[in-house]
Amino acid sequence: MKKVIALVMALAMVFSFAACGNESGSAETVKIGCTGPLTGPAAIYGQAVKNAAEIAVAEINAKGGVQFEFKMEDDSHDPEKAENAYNALKDWGMDVMMGTVTSAPAEVTAANAYADRYFYLTPSASSTNVTKGKDNVFQMCFTDPNQGSGAATYIAEHDLADNIAVIWKNDDSYSTGIRDTFVAKAAELGLNIVDEETFTDATATDFTVQIQKCQEAGADLVFLPMYYTPASLIFAQAETAGYNPTWFGVDGMDGILALEGFDTSLAEGVIVLTPYSADDTSEMNQNFVKAYQEKANDIPNQFAADAYDCIYAIYQAVEKAGVKAGMKNDEICTKMVEAFTTMSFDGLTGASMTWAADGTVSKSPNAVVIQEGTYVGL
Amino acid sequence: MSFLNYLVSGLSLGSIYAIIALGYTMVYGIAKMLNFAHGDVIMVGSYVCFFAMMRFELPPVIGVLLAVLVCTILGIIIEKLAYKPLRSAPSLAVLITAIGVSYFLQNSALLLWTSNPKVFNSIVGKGSVNIGALSISYVTLLTVGICVVIMIVLTTFINTTKMGKAMRAVSEDKGAAQLMGIDVNKTISMTFAIGSGLAAIAGVLLCSAYPTLMPTTGSMPGIKAFTAAVFGGIGSIPGAFLGGILLGVIENFAKAYISTEFSDAIVFGVLIIVLLVKPAGLLGKQVNEKV
Repeated sequence: MKKVIALVMALAMVFSFAACGNESGSAETVKIGCTGPLTGPAAIYGQAVKNAAEIAVAEINAKGGVQFEFKMEDDSHDPEKAENAYNALKDWGMDVMMGTVTSAPAEVTAANAYADRYFYLTPSASSTNVTKGKDNVFQMCFTDPNQGSGAATYIAEHDLADNIAVIWKNDDSYSTGIRDTFVAKAAELGLNIVDEETFTDATATDFTVQIQKCQEAGADLVFLPMYYTPASLIFAQAETAGYNPTWFGVDGMDGILALEGFDTSLAEGVIVLTPYSADDTSEMNQNFVKAYQEKANDIPNQFAADAYDCIYAIYQAVEKAGVKAGMKNDEICTKMVEAFTTMSFDGLTGASMTWAADGTVSKSPNAVVIQEGTYVGL
Repeated sequence: MSFLNYLVSGLSLGSIYAIIALGYTMVYGIAKMLNFAHGDVIMVGSYVCFFAMMRFELPPVIGVLLAVLVCTILGIIIEKLAYKPLRSAPSLAVLITAIGVSYFLQNSALLLWTSNPKVFNSIVGKGSVNIGALSISYVTLLTVGICVVIMIVLTTFINTTKMGKAMRAVSEDKGAAQLMGIDVNKTISMTFAIGSGLAAIAGVLLCSAYPTLMPTTGSMPGIKAFTAAVFGGIGSIPGAFLGGILLGVIENFAKAYISTEFSDAIVFGVLIIVLLVKPAGLLGKQVNEKV
């Protein structure tokens, strides 16, 4: 038995030395690391971010100037795995972190990046906990409070509903954050919330009771601050129950049309609050959509656009701050933070975006509606 | 009327728990082990049916039969490779192995079919029967019906056939059964085959009612069904049925009349009370250890 243990230990040592050997990568590129769900229930987001970031990096490298290298590690939308993924990126020799894609794991990686002094820009982790109290963490997407109050404002301004119900996931910081500000703003605007229903990871299959209670409460609009997987179940079960209110989603709803086997007619008329729609006619967007279709054979969603913007915003800040490959990460971090809080950036998801010192971006959400299987601007 | 609607959706959810719980309880009752991989066999069954129906466009009946066939074979293979070598090992070792098999299946599914959720089309269509304000979907009718049929067939099988008798004997005392000329290994393999075949049916029904299919689809219903099996008295077939149905109904009523936030706490609270009053579960037999 002792021999076996000794052998295993010896092998482990060999492998750990081998792993050390990988650390010395090329020093001519600025290494951008990212973690996100490439597998798991939110995989569509991670895949979109990966595709779009790779497109942006290839475009920037083709220009000849600063050269980027992009690496994405899978975190399956799991905070523990995100921690491992973050460490793997550190070992790889990351210079700048393009965030974590989803909120709950991003809270972990952002805290680490703050402690280790990596410049951190997340495309889509919208929880305020990600940026709170961290000078080097920035968001490309609008924050959850913005989404919640934005949704309430939109509903009030367009007079979409008399009676509103909310179904939210109360074990998820993303969903809870949006719901809290939505409810607060709705009260302020005099919107009538007639029913609130919750679910958790463990009960995310059966929504018949929640749907029935919304129906009985007479809600003509149901607000769904959640990701698209449970939303797809809600649509299917509401149809079976013969309930057909106006559905109102936030950026987590993006991706529902890409679900394999999903009957897109179920999502007909769903309103989604998002800063991006692929049918925008600007030249920059048209080029991006074309490149994305060539790469992924799919229409880019908001996450893809956010990631594309992230790489370009990092590029702009790198140029502005004079960051060079081979600098220490804390030095890069200080320079980037200074550049970021003083620059203005034009991207796919908004024009003249600026960042406040607390890491939040100034841009306004737009609403799109799903019609015949695509997003149409309102 | 809303009360009846809640009851019906509770029955639907409960029947699915019950079918899964039947598989748990059979394996536990006969092989005396907790097969935690059961939930993942469900997932495999759902994927097989999904691919048969969506990619190869086979009729639903063939899809279900194929799923049952694949899961039955899978069940036998798992038993042969993972559990049989541990037949005389302590039960804790077998339990850990079962958890290992569960992760193995989940991660294999992740590699094979990726984690992107797939939307399963119901095998019976989306319609529902309306009686006044009460609407019962076809899936609910089918699930409850199949659940009752399976329970009756299984009880008859165990109580009347020769194989059933062998199973009961192995359950009572493996050593004595072997001395009586019963092939214990064959009997246990048969148990796994039946349990896994049931898992395939449960998977298809689960995904017809709640149509998102992912590699982790089976794990939560698996845990709930295990709870149901314990609730009803693990090892007892009518107990699994009763436990499953009650769990589903209690869960839905708790959501409807108390709070969606506390529904799981309430379900498990009821479980704890039942086990305090009746430690063997509702229909479980209290076996006194002979010292």
